[in-house]
Amino acid sequence: MAVPVFSRRASVSSPVPESSLGRGRRDIESWGRYPHGAHRRVLRAWWSDQVPACLANAGPASILPGGLRRSYGDSCLNFGRDLLDCTPLDRFLFADFQRGILRCEAGVTLHEILRMVVPRGWFLPVLPGTAHVTLGGAIANDIHGKNHHRQGSIGRHLRQLMLSRSDAPELLCSPNSEIELFRATIGGLGLTGVILWAEMQLKPVSSPWLLARKSVFKSLDEFFYLTAQNDDSEEYTVAWLDGFARSDPQGVFFSASHAPAPVENHSGEASLQRHAFPVARGIPGQCLNPWTIRLFNAAYRNYQERSTRTKLIHYRSFFFPLDSLDNWNRIYGRGGLVQYQCLLPEDPGILRRLLAKISISGQVSFLMVLKRFGNLASPGILAFPRPGLTLALDFPMRGRRTLQLLDELDAIVLPCGGALYPAKDARMSRAAFQSSFPNWRRFRAAIDPKCSSSFWRRVTEW
Amino acid sequence: MKKIVILGALSAIARQVARQIVGHDVEMLLVGRSPRRLAELRRDLQLRGSKRVEIFQADLENLEEQRAAYEYARRQLVDFDVLLLAYGALLDPKSAVCDSQWVTRQLTVNFVSAAAALTLFAEHFEKRMEGCLAAITSVAGDRGRPANYVYGSAKGGLALFLQGLRARLHPCGVSVITIKPGPVDTPMTEFFQPRRLLARPESVAAEIVRALERRRPAVLYTPAYWRPLMAGIRALPEPIMRRLQI
Ligand SMILES: Cc1cc2nc3c(=O)[nH]c(=O)nc-3n(C[C@H](O)[C@H](O)[C@H](O)COP(=O)(O)OP(=O)(O)OC[C@H]3O[C@@H](n4cnc5c(N)ncnc54)[C@H](O)[C@@H]3O)c2cc1C
Ligand SMILES: NC(=O)c1ccc[n+]([C@@H]2O[C@H](COP(=O)([O-])OP(=O)(O)OC[C@H]3O[C@@H](n4cnc5c(N)ncnc54)[C@H](OP(=O)(O)O)[C@@H]3O)[C@@H](O)[C@H]2O)c1
Repeated sequence: MAVPVFSRRASVSSPVPESSLGRGRRDIESWGRYPHGAHRRVLRAWWSDQVPACLANAGPASILPGGLRRSYGDSCLNFGRDLLDCTPLDRFLFADFQRGILRCEAGVTLHEILRMVVPRGWFLPVLPGTAHVTLGGAIANDIHGKNHHRQGSIGRHLRQLMLSRSDAPELLCSPNSEIELFRATIGGLGLTGVILWAEMQLKPVSSPWLLARKSVFKSLDEFFYLTAQNDDSEEYTVAWLDGFARSDPQGVFFSASHAPAPVENHSGEASLQRHAFPVARGIPGQCLNPWTIRLFNAAYRNYQERSTRTKLIHYRSFFFPLDSLDNWNRIYGRGGLVQYQCLLPEDPGILRRLLAKISISGQVSFLMVLKRFGNLASPGILAFPRPGLTLALDFPMRGRRTLQLLDELDAIVLPCGGALYPAKDARMSRAAFQSSFPNWRRFRAAIDPKCSSSFWRRVTEW
Repeated sequence: MKKIVILGALSAIARQVARQIVGHDVEMLLVGRSPRRLAELRRDLQLRGSKRVEIFQADLENLEEQRAAYEYARRQLVDFDVLLLAYGALLDPKSAVCDSQWVTRQLTVNFVSAAAALTLFAEHFEKRMEGCLAAITSVAGDRGRPANYVYGSAKGGLALFLQGLRARLHPCGVSVITIKPGPVDTPMTEFFQPRRLLARPESVAAEIVRALERRRPAVLYTPAYWRPLMAGIRALPEPIMRRLQI
C-alpha cells in the first residue's frame, strides 16, 4: 500500500529560497563595514542546480553573487537589489593528486582547500592574507599573494570554470572555449554570471613549513635592494612599513620559501587549527587613534627587531596571522575602515610623496604593506595586478576627512599610471576607475544583463 | 558506528552529519530524492576521505519507494548498525492553514511516512539485537503553538512514537534516539526571524554524531539550552499560553 502522495518532487527544482544573512537584511556589510545600505533580498543557493532558475527569475541588473564578504568596499554589495549567497555551494567535485588538479564548487573556502590538499603535498598557487575567502570570490577578484613575482594572480592557475548566466544555464569557460567570458570572469567582480565551480592547477610543495627570513630596512633604497635580491630566490616576499617613519620609510622585509625536506608533523593540518579569538561587537571607534596606532607600530617594530631573523614557521602563521582573531575588523568600531590598495610605478619618489601626504594629513594607517608585483600577466580583462609596486593602507573611516585624504592620494597615484584594487575600494571616482582600467568597455560587453553591483554602478553610471 | 543509513540525506543537517563522520571510518547509504544532488554529495564525501558511500533515490513519502530503500540497504550494507531519519518538511504556513489537503500532506511527510519507515527498519534492528535508530523531530512538537501546530503535532506524534518504540526495543539492546533541534539555519528556516536565534547546522550535527556514537541520550535537545527552555514552556498553563500567543 502506498501512502497518498500529494504533489511530489515539489522542491527538487524549486527556486532558490530567500534568506537574510547575519542579523537581517539591513546588516549586510562588507569587511570594511563601509558603506552601509540595505538590500532588497538575500537569496541562498544551496545546490548548483538552483542557480539557473534564480538567474532566470531575476530582473535586469538586479542580482549579484556573493561569497564570504571579505572584500572591503562595495564590490560585494548590491544595495537596493538582491544578493545570491553562494557559500552553501561547498562541495569538492574532482581531485587528481597525481597531477595536482582540484575541482570544487565556488563556495568552498581556501581554508577547506588547504585542509584537503596540504597533507597530500600540494598547495594553493596563490594565497591572500586570510584563508576565509571562497574560491568564487578569489576568482572574481583575481586575487594575488606574496608570491605574485613568481606565480602571478590566481587566474593564471585556472584550468576551467563553469559559469551560469541568465542566457545560458551552464557554460564551460576555459583558455580554449568561451575564451572571452573566461577572461572576463577572472577579476570579473561577479558581474559575468555565477561561477558554479572551478578547476585549478595546484602547486607541489616539499612541506607546509616555511623557512622565513626577515630584515629590517631603514630606507626605501634598502627596500628596493632587498626586493631585488630576494625576488629571484624566494617564493614569498612582502614588506611591512612603519606607519610613522618620516622622511624615509623604514620597515621590515619578510621573505620565505617552503622548507626543503618534509619536516616531521607533515600532516599536522588538524592539530594546527587553533581556535579563533572573537572580537566583541560594539568596540568604540576611538580605540584606534593616532596614539594607539603609534604604540602598536612601535611595539611591532621593536618585536621584529629583537626576535630571530630566520625561523621555521607553519604556513598558516605566515600567511594568515590575522585569522586567529575572528572579525578583527570590529576593532575599527561602528564607522568601519577603508583600505587603500594602489598600484604604483617602481619609483621611490612617488612612494615618498604619497607617504609625506599621509603624514601631513595627521591620519595614520594601522598597517602598511608593500610588495613588488612581478610581470606575469593575468588572463583577466579587468585584472588589477600589473608590474610595479603595490601598497596597502588601512584607515579608520572618519568621514569626509578620510575621503578627502584618499582623493589627494589618488591625485598622486593615478597620473603616473597607477590603479586601485576594486576588492578593497569603497570610494574611487568614476574617472579614476575608467582611466586606470582602460579595458572596462570591453569587459562591459561580457556582463550578464541580470547582474550588477553597488561598485559597478558607482564607477560606470552617470 | 560502522554502517549508517541516512533517510533524507540531502537535508542541510544530515549533510553535515555525513561530512562529520567521514573521518570515523563509517560506511554510509544516503537516501534522498534528487539523483543529481545525491551524486554530488557522494563525490564530495568520497573526496573528503569517506570509506564507502552508497546512494539511493527514493521519495520517502511513498511506502513502496521506502521499502525499496530498505531492501537496498539490507543488500548493500547488510548489517548496518545505525539509522538516521532526517527528512521532513515545513510547508509554507501562509499558503493554507484551513486547507485540509495541506494539513494532511504536512502530517503525512513528517509523521505517517516517518512512522512507517521506522517500523520497517526496526525489524532489521530487532533481528540484529543491537544498534541505534534515531529520528529528527523538533522542539515544535513539545507544545502546540498557533504559528506551527500542524507541523508541531506531526513532530510531537513522531516523538511519542519513538518513545514507545524505544521502550519496545529496549529489551533487545537497540537504542532509539529522539532528536529535538531548536530552529537551525537551513533551507527550512529561510523565513525565520530573528536570524541570530538560529543554530548552525554544523554544531547541531556535531551533537547528533556524538549521540549516535554514544547511543544516548534517549532524547537529545540541540542546542542543549532547549531542554530547560521547553520544560518551562511545557509547564506554562494553557490560559497564559493562549494569551501570550507565542
Ligand atoms: C584580511 C584580509 C586580507 C586580504 N588579503 C588579500 C591579498 O593578499 N590579496 C588579494 O588579492 N586580496 C586580499 N584580500 C581580499 C579578498 O581576498 C578578496 O576580497 C576576495 O575576493 C574575498 O572573497 P569572498 O569569498 O569574501 O568574496 P566576496 O567578498 O563576498 O565577493 C567578492 C567578489 O566575488 C564575487 N563572487 C563571489 N562568489 C561568486 C561566485 N560564486 N560567482 C561569481 N562571482 C562571485 C562577488 O560578486 C564579488 O564581486 C584580503 C581580505 C582580507 C579581509
Ligand atoms: N531547520 C530547523 O530549524 C529544524 C528544527 C527542528 C527540526 N528540524 C528537522 O530537521 C530535519 C532536517 O531538516 P533541515 O533543517 O536540514 O531542512 P532541509 O535541508 O530542508 O531538509 C529537509 C529534507 O527533507 C527532504 N524531504 C522532504 N520530503 C521528502 C520526501 N518525501 N522524500 C525524501 N526526502 C524528503 C528534503 O528533500 P528535497 O531536497 O528533495 O526537498 C530535504 O532534503 C527535518 O526533519 C526537520 O523537520 C529542522
